Amino acid sequence: MSQNTATVPDERLVKGNHDFASITKLISDIPQEKTPLWWYIAFGIANILLAVMLAMVVWLIWNGIGVWGLNQPVGWAWDITNFVWWVGIGHAGTLISAILFLFRQGWRTAINRFAEAMTIFAVMCAGLFPAIHVGRIWTIYWIFPLPNSMQLWPNFNSPLLWDVFAVFTYLIVSTLFWYVGLVPDLATMRDRVKGKISKMVYGAFALGWTGGNRQWQHYEKAYMILAGLATPLVLSVHTIVSFDFAVSIIPGWHTTIFPPYFVAGAIFSGFAMVLTLMIISRKLYGLEDIMTVDHIEKMNIIILVTGMMVGFAYGMEFFIAWYGGFEYEKFIFINRALGPYAWAYWTMITCNVIAPQFFWVKKFRRNVTLTFILSIVINIGMWFERFVIVVSSLATDYLPSSWGYFSPTYVDVLTYVGTFGLFLTFFLLFLRFLPMVAIAEIKAVLPQANPAYYRSGNGNSSKSD
Amino acid sequence: MSTMQKTYGILAEFANPADLMDAAAEVRDAGFKHFDTYSPFPIHGMDDAMGLKPSKLGWIVLGHGIFGLLGGVALQSWAMSIAYPMHISGKPFLNFPAFVPVAFALVILLAAFGTFMGLFFLSRLPRLHQPIFNSDRIAKATDDGFFLCIEAADPAFSEKKTTDFLKSIGATEIEIIPE
Repeated sequence: MSQNTATVPDERLVKGNHDFASITKLISDIPQEKTPLWWYIAFGIANILLAVMLAMVVWLIWNGIGVWGLNQPVGWAWDITNFVWWVGIGHAGTLISAILFLFRQGWRTAINRFAEAMTIFAVMCAGLFPAIHVGRIWTIYWIFPLPNSMQLWPNFNSPLLWDVFAVFTYLIVSTLFWYVGLVPDLATMRDRVKGKISKMVYGAFALGWTGGNRQWQHYEKAYMILAGLATPLVLSVHTIVSFDFAVSIIPGWHTTIFPPYFVAGAIFSGFAMVLTLMIISRKLYGLEDIMTVDHIEKMNIIILVTGMMVGFAYGMEFFIAWYGGFEYEKFIFINRALGPYAWAYWTMITCNVIAPQFFWVKKFRRNVTLTFILSIVINIGMWFERFVIVVSSLATDYLPSSWGYFSPTYVDVLTYVGTFGLFLTFFLLFLRFLPMVAIAEIKAVLPQANPAYYRSGNGNSSKSD
Repeated sequence: MSTMQKTYGILAEFANPADLMDAAAEVRDAGFKHFDTYSPFPIHGMDDAMGLKPSKLGWIVLGHGIFGLLGGVALQSWAMSIAYPMHISGKPFLNFPAFVPVAFALVILLAAFGTFMGLFFLSRLPRLHQPIFNSDRIAKATDDGFFLCIEAADPAFSEKKTTDFLKSIGATEIEIIPE
């Protein structure tokens, strides 16, 4: 063997010539700077949308769910579509924070903090819809196993109840995971902010973190355990969401492919949402050294992979509809592509199957503008996927005499648009007051963080050779 | 300040993670027990350098997870067969396959609570104040400083000798922290 081999070094995760102090400054100074004008404008718009959402929810509760466009047989429409869409978006945050952590993907540190924030706020938006779609919301506590005067207990055989447990657990675990990761960075904020009150507030939430190794030791263990817990959880949550459909006997819902298909779709749409938010914030806050084009490329590869999985599932559904030999199933799929909801079906195919194909080409994967546009296209496509699954199956089920067609009312539309207000209000507050990148984790992936760096003669070490 | 003030410990600053890790190993070998190293991020290999035993957090989490599993199965079995037995399409009251998702969610939920509370229990947090915060320099530990503090509580501690010892192992700055 001749010496024709060479080690190809990995691309550096953090670009620019950063040391520990400049990373601290870059990230932790953002909440201390004067609030930029665009933030106030964006926050104002988000608040208006939030107010619209609240008004629509009050209107719905006051009048009953008849103010939505629901009819017989379409009893689930935008509400459940929005629920599945928002939960799915949340899943990318957990994938980045937990699964990529377990796979030791160092690049995740640049984006995990705000992907996790996105998860929490997306799950909050998602949780709204099942809560208000029950109609008599004042009895919503019946879904919890609480002792009550009627001696009534929930039906644990029902996937709808499993969903309650799964989504609540998901929201709580995601929040705990996010907060554990924040504690060392809140300590950094505590030690840097000037104002007395902000020092106290950051200090209180930092819980007295010192950065001592006797704390780091448990912290690292806790972080790994939480990642290990969140990984099966995130897969189970969307699996159980898909059970809401798959366990029923409606043609087009009653399929065993749903759990993996839903999970892949969730990651697909979630990564698109992370990209949308990331491309805007890295520009606005000048974080291009941390959230680099390499990150965008890696995420685009994941989008391509999960997009292909989703496309495969679309094809497989058709194959099984034919191969299964069940007339109603066969009909529902032909009807999806050619029937009254064909426009929604082909929107979905265009956005989810055709659009990501651009990412086969490296030049497109690394093109920020194209990525931004496609990330929005993909989220539109994934919304339509859920709409097609939920509505087209219900609208034309077994009995042709009871077929219907769903058209949304303004309440449907404004409630959905309003959830963006809820999401953006929280997200903007997060950008404004919390370190949006995990400072301690970013430092740990710098080459200088590794003691071996100083021993190989790179550093300016005085004695450690 | 008066010389009567009690000392909490001696804080030594080091230039970089490698120096800090070597120093920690020297302090460990010199027989000190009450000391800690402070850094802006966890340094891999530091646990061994300091001679720390592995974290016991896993056992706390395991306990909580088992409690979640038993509680989840018990809750569902009791609710479905004793408290509110109901025939649902001919299924048995104790329909264990259907209990898996909720029991699983409760295992994860309880284990996550266990991790969260266990982490802060083992790290002796939350605290509004730590004696180490009396130092003027320690704020750098959350930015770009690497420190080692030997506490006065250690039997081998002596203000003069420990200071000289820390200097001899490469400390760039020394500070005596009052209690």
